[in-house]
Amino acid sequence: MSGVKDNEELRGPSNMKSDIEPGEQQLVSLVEVEDAELARKQGESRSQGQLVRRRFFNHKAAMISTVILVFITLMAFSSIGFAGIPGWWGKNYMMSGTVINGGAPTFSLWPAWLGGPGFSIGEHPFGQDNTGKDYFALVMRGTQKSIIIAVTVGAVATFIGAIVGALAGYFRGWVDEVLMRVTDLFIVIPLLVLAAVLGQMAGAKLGNSIFALALVLGLVTWTGLARLVRGEILSLREREYVAAAQAMGSRTSRVIFKHLLPNTIGVIVVNATFAIAGAILLETSLSFLGFGVRAPESSLGLLISQYQNAFTNRPWLFWWPGMIIVTIALSVNFLGDGLRDAFDPRQTKKTRRRTKKEEVSE
Amino acid sequence: MLKFILKRLGASIGILFAASLLLYVLVINSGDPLWDLRESIADNRDYLMQQRSDYMNLDMPWYQRYWTWLVGVGGCFALKCDLGTNIQGIEVSGILASAATSTLRLVVLATVLAAVVGIAIGVLTAIRQYSGLDYGVTFLTFLFFSLPVFWAAVMLKEYMAIGYNDWMKDPAFSTTQIIIVALLFGFLMQVFLAGNMRRRLITFAVSAAFVAVVIPYLLWLNFFRYPQLGPAAIVVLSLAVALSATAMSVGVRNKHVLYPALITVGLGLVMYYATFSLLSEPNTWILIIGAILAVLIPGAIGHFMGGRQRKVAATVSAVTGLVFAGLTVVDHIFRAWPGFLALKPRPIGTIGSQTPNFTGDFWEIFLDRGAQLLLPTILLAVISLASYSRYTRASMLEVGQQDYIRTARSKGLSERTVIFRHAFRNALIPIATIAAFDFAGLIGGAVITESVFGWKGMGDMFIVGLRSIDPAPVMAFFLITGTAAVLFNMLADIFYALLDPRIRV
Repeated sequence: MSGVKDNEELRGPSNMKSDIEPGEQQLVSLVEVEDAELARKQGESRSQGQLVRRRFFNHKAAMISTVILVFITLMAFSSIGFAGIPGWWGKNYMMSGTVINGGAPTFSLWPAWLGGPGFSIGEHPFGQDNTGKDYFALVMRGTQKSIIIAVTVGAVATFIGAIVGALAGYFRGWVDEVLMRVTDLFIVIPLLVLAAVLGQMAGAKLGNSIFALALVLGLVTWTGLARLVRGEILSLREREYVAAAQAMGSRTSRVIFKHLLPNTIGVIVVNATFAIAGAILLETSLSFLGFGVRAPESSLGLLISQYQNAFTNRPWLFWWPGMIIVTIALSVNFLGDGLRDAFDPRQTKKTRRRTKKEEVSE
Repeated sequence: MLKFILKRLGASIGILFAASLLLYVLVINSGDPLWDLRESIADNRDYLMQQRSDYMNLDMPWYQRYWTWLVGVGGCFALKCDLGTNIQGIEVSGILASAATSTLRLVVLATVLAAVVGIAIGVLTAIRQYSGLDYGVTFLTFLFFSLPVFWAAVMLKEYMAIGYNDWMKDPAFSTTQIIIVALLFGFLMQVFLAGNMRRRLITFAVSAAFVAVVIPYLLWLNFFRYPQLGPAAIVVLSLAVALSATAMSVGVRNKHVLYPALITVGLGLVMYYATFSLLSEPNTWILIIGAILAVLIPGAIGHFMGGRQRKVAATVSAVTGLVFAGLTVVDHIFRAWPGFLALKPRPIGTIGSQTPNFTGDFWEIFLDRGAQLLLPTILLAVISLASYSRYTRASMLEVGQQDYIRTARSKGLSERTVIFRHAFRNALIPIATIAAFDFAGLIGGAVITESVFGWKGMGDMFIVGLRSIDPAPVMAFFLITGTAAVLFNMLADIFYALLDPRIRV
């Protein structure tokens, strides 16, 4: 928006200038024509949200990641069903059966004209474990739980981090001092250590529920966001619109939640995605070490931990959950990268320069 | 500055104290330390329970237990540390000492490796922004960020260690393998060296041909079982290092820098023969003193011969000297390799920090430790390398937009000078602080790596302690990691202020 305005402002005075100095007219008007052309091409004004959305949709890696994430999530929740609703995959993750062909996966993408068995899903696409349980159902169940945990952790951490950061940044003084020392306290204890201790505690005291674990993990991963939001708010609170809102008698809560936090949405959204990626890895690591999700429940990390000794005989028991963790974490990271580029206003400069270059080449 | 440091120190100690209290309370409330005995049917069950209560002060209320622990730790200031006893009644201070040395061995090497390689990759990708190399490296770093450590560790064990050990029995490459390796190497070399199409093609052809000739030659020499370097190869490699270091700093035409580096190589050759018998049966001290001399003497040569560029000359010569010394050590290691293989037919270990009951001379023990260290170090280095390269790239790009870089270019400095003297040095400032954080973080972050590789370090101590609800080892672990975090945080701040005079404290 400001770019268009600049162009118009530029056009005004230089037109007058061309009247006074006819010798420079040619040069100036050339620049003018180029500017006008540019303004016409990208002249429609867009809202902030539209700009962000456009930039995000143009980010190829982020879009591919979004598609992959949606696909994995849909598969995980629809295949074996969720919360009592049955899924389309006929086999149950509890049901053991006869082990067919050593439990090897029947899934194949190797096309027939290359001498392979052709594209087929087969009876047990991900194979079977040593008691004949269908591994696809098991992995899908683990994926479900891991996604639930990661999203909950991301939500809890983002909520706490944003609130703590906003309060510290807005009130400054002793509130800031106290909140930031509490943040330091959580940073000094290594994340994995704190998470492991709390995870064990959640397992012992709150029963074996993944929500308890997710809540507890959320309670220890908010520190990074709190620091970032605090920094943003510290600079935003000096803006005129905040002073105007205060002068009109807005309540403090309104200033924070209506005027300040929405303006830090970029930082918050980007960090929420990275928090989710971190949470997936943290949860799987904890479950692997035995401090996270426990046996009757399931998660991707727990599956790897349970089957890690089977690697030499049945490598697929190890491959599938790991591949899914990497895919989810990688997609979420790329998604966050795309969001960061979309929210970063410096990004406009680059695209504008690129359009100019394209015009030159045309 | 002093006031700032003291203030920071005070706040840090306060935070450390509060964090220790929090962690202590959490740990002792995370379960029942007597659960296994409660279910036991042994005759002396009550006696065992009583004994464990004594070891862990279970009969005291929590604040008294914490106080007892704190007083014991406070004794450290009087050089009499008492970190309590663990669940089996063993003094934790003793366990901590051996655990800390084994973790440090792991972490120091990995951090140094990750920092050096990561920074180099970061600079390269920043120079070639938006190239194929940049996109490839970006993808790889994202992949490493998203890699679950334990999963990657098991893969490394399976494919690198076991695969290599099997291959080592009868080292051979089929023709197809050689062709694939050669093509891959050629492709990577042209990606790294870049240039126009013609140059890329030449690079590709030359490096692919090089590999295609060298691998059969090495196989014919049976290099992989009887490796050898010899003085000739050392001299050639060191000359290459001397020339490229000179080229990278001031250019090969500069005699003031080139000659000391070349003299260093000559001197190195003399020293190679002079120290040959000494290095056949060395000890750690000889190696350390040798490394120091290998830096100091060439440094002095460079300093006195360098003229106006004595600083650069000293650095280039010192680097050359160090590389020569390193290659000499590698030569001796190669000589010890067949003997080592005879002692340990499957060289790369996957469990523990040393092979149990392994005896041999200095180099054989050295090789054994190195082989055990290899996999966890690669894993840790690769994972933190990703963040180093990302930060360096971002920092280099940020610096590249500064006015003084444009000034440097516009006054006609060579691209090499602009990048290494103006951009790189300033880009390193934030990296120095990140390295400090990273080192502190790695001590705590090695928990999973240690557990997968059966390494009896601090991470292992923590996990075992937490599983048995045993606060003493957990708190000892925290004492080290927490203090390291606080200390390195502060060092990072001070570093930042020293390196960047714009920042006042």
